[in-house]
Amino acid sequence: MYFTYLRRELAGRRRQTIIVAVGMALAIALVIVVNSISSGIKDAQASVLSSVYGVGTDITVTQKAAAPTQGQAGAGPGGGGQFDFGQDAGTSSGGTTAISQSRLSTSRGSTAFADTTLSTIKNVNHVSGAAGTLELTNISFSGTLPDRSQRPSQSQSGGTSTPPASGAAGGGSSFSVDSFSVTGLDPAADALGPLSSVTLKSGRTLAASDDGTNVAVVDATYATSKSLAVDGSITIGGTAFKIVGIVSSTSTDASTATNVYIPLDTAQKLSNMTGKITNVYVKADSSANISTIKADLQKQLPDTTVATQEDLASSVSGSLSTTASLVSNLGLWLSIGLLVAAFALAVLFTISGVSRRTREFGTLKAIGWSNWRITRQVAGESLVQGLIGGACGVALGLLATLAINIASPTLAAGVSSGTSGPFQRSGAAASAGSPGAPGASGLAGGPPGGGFGGQAKEAVTNIVLHAPLSLWIILGAVALSVVGGLLAGAIGGWRAARLSPSEALRSVA
Amino acid sequence: MSLNQNSTVATNSIPERESVMYQLTSVTKNYAHKGKTVRALDVAELSIPAGQMVAIQGPTGGGKSTLLQMLGALDRPTSGSITFGGKDLATLRSAQLGTIRAEKIGFIFQNFNLIPTLNAAQNVETALAVNGVDKAGRKERALEALAAVGLADRADHLPSELSGGQQQRVAIARALVKNPQVLLADEPTGNLDEAMRDEVMELLERQWREKNLTLIMVTHDSAVARRAQRRLRIAHGKVTEAK
Repeated sequence: MYFTYLRRELAGRRRQTIIVAVGMALAIALVIVVNSISSGIKDAQASVLSSVYGVGTDITVTQKAAAPTQGQAGAGPGGGGQFDFGQDAGTSSGGTTAISQSRLSTSRGSTAFADTTLSTIKNVNHVSGAAGTLELTNISFSGTLPDRSQRPSQSQSGGTSTPPASGAAGGGSSFSVDSFSVTGLDPAADALGPLSSVTLKSGRTLAASDDGTNVAVVDATYATSKSLAVDGSITIGGTAFKIVGIVSSTSTDASTATNVYIPLDTAQKLSNMTGKITNVYVKADSSANISTIKADLQKQLPDTTVATQEDLASSVSGSLSTTASLVSNLGLWLSIGLLVAAFALAVLFTISGVSRRTREFGTLKAIGWSNWRITRQVAGESLVQGLIGGACGVALGLLATLAINIASPTLAAGVSSGTSGPFQRSGAAASAGSPGAPGASGLAGGPPGGGFGGQAKEAVTNIVLHAPLSLWIILGAVALSVVGGLLAGAIGGWRAARLSPSEALRSVA
Repeated sequence: MSLNQNSTVATNSIPERESVMYQLTSVTKNYAHKGKTVRALDVAELSIPAGQMVAIQGPTGGGKSTLLQMLGALDRPTSGSITFGGKDLATLRSAQLGTIRAEKIGFIFQNFNLIPTLNAAQNVETALAVNGVDKAGRKERALEALAAVGLADRADHLPSELSGGQQQRVAIARALVKNPQVLLADEPTGNLDEAMRDEVMELLERQWREKNLTLIMVTHDSAVARRAQRRLRIAHGKVTEAK
């Protein structure tokens, strides 16, 4: 009787059933889409971050930005670099002087600190591992200048100059500034830090035995753009390094953190920063202890910036970040609003249905139906309406999510340059102008700062947005439709139960 | 033959305790209306023997429906006692009243009050759903009840597919399928034309005789009232025997 009556009611009042179910379906579908996009965005953020920080890093420690100091020959860390050429610099031939200089210094915005900090960090409670790195930028200047003593005759390019210095013909100058990022890291600690999130494409990764040697691992994207290969060589800080491996990001959508990876002690020696590091990657023994570690680190190392993955997620910028806030704000409120509207619709329709059926319920009570039986009947009808809506909503949500995954919208993600991160190198490359470019020569030449284009591009990574669906999202959506149905049913049933059986005797319909 | 038994049983031929279906003593029912208390029913003494066919007449608002509600265990009186089969309806809880309605009292309404989405057989089954009858038993008894009112071939018709007279016959089948002791009818022929009125009344009388029912009808129609053994008139809440 129960199911017969229920089925007959829903079929007999088809329009009401359809309206309630459609309202519920739209709300449920929106909840599913917003949820899956939002988890897709979280994945994308994690992907951007892991390509920068490596997998498994819970906390990063960097030195707070300080006023530039003149710690190194040639240029202050992070300051506008300067290249000095002596009277006899370069080799002159055919009327021009070819000069080339390569300099390795800390990345703009990074500040080095003593690597004793690393052992301090390792001694903090709940820290299961820590690795220090030295983030550097190699800037090389190369080109030709007119030889004052001779008549100009032919141009010459030299060193790692990217564009051919053809512009020098006729007494002009041609020079280029090439810049790439270098990370010095402890080969023995590659389970943590930037190299932990890379995939070896060819050759080998750095090994403990590489300490102190001039070997380098190169990012695949950079290697391709510079035509570098394993067993080839790359000049860093004026020294030739043997390329032993090419690595790419595990995320197909992003490049790795740095162009070139070299052993930490070699990097320290070349940059005249023995015993210095710029970043520490910290792993917690449990994710529950991350905040405790952060607090401890901040107490013990007041001059450093301690950032958790959560802090870092906020540094992800670009359209990924825009989408993230759009989804978390508009999407969330829209789905809550629609859900409330759908629930209200279901409740109102149920109540008006009960009012319309006053005599029907009165009659059933008159022939002996209990309040509980009538409440159960009304609640059952609402619940099934909710479930039909839920099922349609899940189907609709799955279709919409599928459509998003097929369309695979590409979002740009960058890591914004705050005061903390090791990311300034990228932003700086784009905005710093041409450090050391001798504008005084002022003559038509090759494109100034030709090397920076490639650098600046790395600041923004294109991430394909996937909208992953989990069973939990679907179960949650079905649960919501059940809640909506039960809510409407409970309110409608309560109204029906309050009716007096003598309503059946009222002759007015 | 039960016809003779029923129609001729006098209150004094059977011990009174068993023969009285309803005994109303000092029953009042008050309603609050616009801040004032309105006395809808004021019955000093009324006894209805088992098996009697009673017609209740009176002006609109005189208390007919209120009396029917009291007799049908749909509502409790403000004061007084209504003994039904030895139990005082005034003192029972709602759930107990529900059980009495489910088992012992059949209702017929002026507007038939069938569930519009259920077919004739399913409408009849609603009366058995609360009486612990299994599905197969319900179906069988519903079809028997429909056959008894001459609608065996309309079992799967929706109320909207039936005429007024047929709908009222389905309602009679619904009221009688549980074999009640009492059949209460509120203007059973009020919405029917003359031909259908006679058809329904003949059916009711036949069922009353065959099933040894106590039949109490509220009616405006004197032709219907004349068929009853006893006619009561109710005005201003007071019940009098009509001639």
